[in-house]
Amino acid sequence: MPPVPGAAPLVALVGNPNAGKSALFNVLTGARQKVGNYPGVTVERHSGKLALPDGRIVDLVDLPGAYSLEPSSPDERVTRDFVTGTQVGERLPDALVVVVDASNLDNHLRFTLQLIALGLPVVVALNMFDLAERDGLTLDPARLSTELGVPVVATVAVRRRGLDELKAKLGTIIDEGAAIRLRPSNGTIGEDIVTLQRRARKIAAAATVSEAPVRRWTHALDSVALHPIFGLMLLFAILFVMFQAVFYAGADPADAIAAGFDWLSAQVKGAMPDSVLRSLITDGIIAGVGAVVKFLPQILIMFFFILVLEASGYMVRAAFLMDRVMASVGLSGRAFIPLLSSFACAVPGIMSTRTIEDEKDRLTTILVAPLMTCSARLPVYTLVIGALIPNTKVLPFVGLQGLVMLGLYIMGVVGAFVVALVLRRTVTKGASSGFMMEMPKYQLPRARDLALGLWSRAEIFLKRAGTTIAFTTIVLWALLSFPKPPDGSPVSAVNYSVAGRIANGIEPAFRPIGFNRDIVLALIPAMAAREVAVAALGTVYAIDTTGDKDEAKMAQTLHARWSLPTALAFLMWFVFAPQCISTIAVTRRETNGWKWPAFMVGYLFALAYIAAGAVYWAAIGLGL
Amino acid sequence: MDMSNPVKTASSLPLLSLESLPQRQCATVSAIDWAHLSTPEARRLRELGFDEGVGVEVLHRASLGNGPIACRIGRMTVALRRAVAGAVLVSPVTR
Repeated sequence: MPPVPGAAPLVALVGNPNAGKSALFNVLTGARQKVGNYPGVTVERHSGKLALPDGRIVDLVDLPGAYSLEPSSPDERVTRDFVTGTQVGERLPDALVVVVDASNLDNHLRFTLQLIALGLPVVVALNMFDLAERDGLTLDPARLSTELGVPVVATVAVRRRGLDELKAKLGTIIDEGAAIRLRPSNGTIGEDIVTLQRRARKIAAAATVSEAPVRRWTHALDSVALHPIFGLMLLFAILFVMFQAVFYAGADPADAIAAGFDWLSAQVKGAMPDSVLRSLITDGIIAGVGAVVKFLPQILIMFFFILVLEASGYMVRAAFLMDRVMASVGLSGRAFIPLLSSFACAVPGIMSTRTIEDEKDRLTTILVAPLMTCSARLPVYTLVIGALIPNTKVLPFVGLQGLVMLGLYIMGVVGAFVVALVLRRTVTKGASSGFMMEMPKYQLPRARDLALGLWSRAEIFLKRAGTTIAFTTIVLWALLSFPKPPDGSPVSAVNYSVAGRIANGIEPAFRPIGFNRDIVLALIPAMAAREVAVAALGTVYAIDTTGDKDEAKMAQTLHARWSLPTALAFLMWFVFAPQCISTIAVTRRETNGWKWPAFMVGYLFALAYIAAGAVYWAAIGLGL
Repeated sequence: MDMSNPVKTASSLPLLSLESLPQRQCATVSAIDWAHLSTPEARRLRELGFDEGVGVEVLHRASLGNGPIACRIGRMTVALRRAVAGAVLVSPVTR
């Protein structure tokens, strides 16, 4: 697009990964930022407003970190297309702020040289200048500026150092650049990467006054964090704390949110006469959205840890430690934390796969994430195991119920690994770009960056997934509420509804795996979220759950009505079945279309059906 | 890499691969066997600063089986899998 006359100048913040670009973006734009998506790709577009010293407002866009203008990931492609003016829906930027890590000039200057060669006005932010000094590196920004032929400003984003000078220089280059036209460029660069690299090293050497051995702090920490024994112990200790926090600190806020939605529902019930509209609002929207939103505290706690691990530089170390294990099923070490997060909830797990560079690795990780036993399965497992598995001791201190629970967790992990292995050889086949990445310096995460990160995750979950979730819960409500049975009908409302009829229709298909019609009916509302199955079974068996949730009574009812093979088949179903619209909605968002969520839902239902059937018939065969 | 026929330098010193370089032994990159790398691997390796003449040192090896290695290249720490490290030929520097 041509520049729009009178519009605010467009400036792109661009640089290598780990150059401190996002921290600089956050201090330059403050809270005035917008997160969107580039069309057609799952790359986030971060933009914000920046005021120059002369009062002019500039649109600042934080581009994804890249190593060069030859893209090897969708992120890098967006960066390349943006700075060459070929990104769909974007105009050519008026200037670039190239962010380089002052202690890693050799490497970062190569990309800088490529960017300067594009011909746009450029100012270089020599970022993390303080860390370079701490590392014993003395640099000469003026000399660097002479060598590169563009202004260079030493900055420390996290301490707000050098920002005024950077903004002033930015204003100057925008004015100077107003007359300059971009050289025709389609992203190919005149010089090859090796030549550029050598030039970059020469320039870095010229700008370096003195140099001490590299990064003593990081090396000292790494000798523990990457240690064959202590490193693994540290990793598991961190994960232990993370899961304790998710399950214990997340429980009370989740209950409070559930209570809040109950209260809201009661208020509406008190204020409105009984009608279809009231039922839609309370039983449909409030109950449905509430069932999903109550996972928000756990999701945010999980994301807090993920963001801290990422910002501190530890995440790459965890990936390093676990790469061998993940590689055995065709994934990269980067998949470890997303999959582990999925034990709490697949939603943050899938959202955090963005750190996986390789597209096929990432897709495979997304597709298997729902197999990890998330917290929403626990109420279902607890109810059914409590009701039908005898509370006997297999060994001293080893109860059968606990063993079954453990078995269900293991089934999920084994299932995920087998599926990953199969997918990697079939639908997501292709050369993996492997595991090759920079290990950034350790840094203290900043509260402000964490808060902005958490806010954007919460917003994504509530707004984007929320629209799909709200829509689906209304559809589910309608299926369960209409048509109404005539007055005096012996058939209950649920059984008379469309959902009841669907259950009648598909029940024969589920008979071979031991499911009765009641179960099939309960599975329909449980598409919203797995733990809804507990309440749905209550509705189906007409157990009053309006007062105290009488779980003991539920357990008795199940015990009386279900056989053990049926109960086991039901548990197996919940190990695999994609009974969670939030996961499906987030997968749609993260894969940018319905193709992959449809595939995921299909293969998971197929697996659930086969596994439930196999267990049902095995149990019958064993005479259970 | 065919170990029975190690690559020789002009001074006839055998080159080590980065994979077999002892931990904490400083070395310089002598050659990179591009033919053993996929195109994305080769490009990423270049982008991370691997080039002839650059100083390199193995810092850590992951414990579980044949895990990846972490090495210093220039002023940067990079993690890479052993298969890739095997394609980087280095000559040890005596201090």
